[in-house]
Amino acid sequence: MIADVYIELKEGVSDPEGESTKKALKLLGFENVKSVSTRKVFRIEIDANSREEAEEEIKQMCEKLLANPVIQRYHITWIS
Amino acid sequence: MEVRIAVLRIEGTNCEDETVKALRNVGAFAEAVHLKQLYSDMIKEKERRSLRDYNGIVIPGGFSAGDYVRAGAIFSARMRSVLRRDIEEFIREGYPILGICNGFQVLVELGALPGMDEDKPLSEKPEMVLAINNSNRFECRLSYLKHENRGNCIFTGALKKDIVVYPVAHAEGKVTFPSGLESLHINRLVENDQIVFRYVDERGNYAGYPWNPNGSIYNIAGICNITGNVFGLMPHPERAFYAWHHFDYPSEGKESEYGDGKVVFESMVNYIKKL
Repeated sequence: MIADVYIELKEGVSDPEGESTKKALKLLGFENVKSVSTRKVFRIEIDANSREEAEEEIKQMCEKLLANPVIQRYHITWIS
Repeated sequence: MEVRIAVLRIEGTNCEDETVKALRNVGAFAEAVHLKQLYSDMIKEKERRSLRDYNGIVIPGGFSAGDYVRAGAIFSARMRSVLRRDIEEFIREGYPILGICNGFQVLVELGALPGMDEDKPLSEKPEMVLAINNSNRFECRLSYLKHENRGNCIFTGALKKDIVVYPVAHAEGKVTFPSGLESLHINRLVENDQIVFRYVDERGNYAGYPWNPNGSIYNIAGICNITGNVFGLMPHPERAFYAWHHFDYPSEGKESEYGDGKVVFESMVNYIKKL
């Protein structure tokens, strides 16, 4: 099974990478850009008996390493 | 007590040599120890170490594990997996741990800082984060730091000056607490005497960018845990160890060959001697 794990900033947390990318895009003439935010994606291939089981394990991964709950949240998208 | 300090390294740390040198200079036995030397069975007998061989730990600056995932996250995950109990005991028994720059990030990810609960030296989950600088840049320059600790932090007790100058060099150093709970955390840190250094301008006033290089809340540059024996700071005291490290060297009236950073290492060593 393959999952894409998205790590993104919680509402209201500032995103300097997104902001400066937006600024650069505007400078390049992309006037229509309203906002830019960043996220990180980990593609994880995992052996498990069921999707539920795998999802439970990935949640653990997020809590133990991939996300810092102070400013980040995560969600999972299944690829296969 | 004989002073024996481990400067922990993994791949990507890069300030261990000058940190070891600073510690040796103030009379400690200090050596750089790879984390693997503490747990792996693939290590030669003579290179094997245990945390019990030491009574002080420093986590140096650098880019441990390439800053992948988040700065300090991988180093701290590895420490947590193999040394969690030992570290908890180490802190509970009052031995000192210092984290400089990337080392501060590791201590935060490990849950050793802010460390507001005396009974739980490591929190289950991180309680704060050193987030990407507001400028979205690697900020590398001198910083003026106001010492605000009232005596809890064992690393700065001997500091005679109100303001010191240490260089900063980081891209992720903005002290951030969970949204909406910022003032609660700040109040507790002040109450517990856990605030150690705050960024100020050259006249000693709290100021924004560039004096506060990252946008840290409350201008925080360094904090200690509730018992004062775990200390993390973004600026580098080992890069201000000698007088000639300072931008105004040689300056008249300054006789000492040492700089502002020496006090941190000296205080750590003197504290261990008295244990």
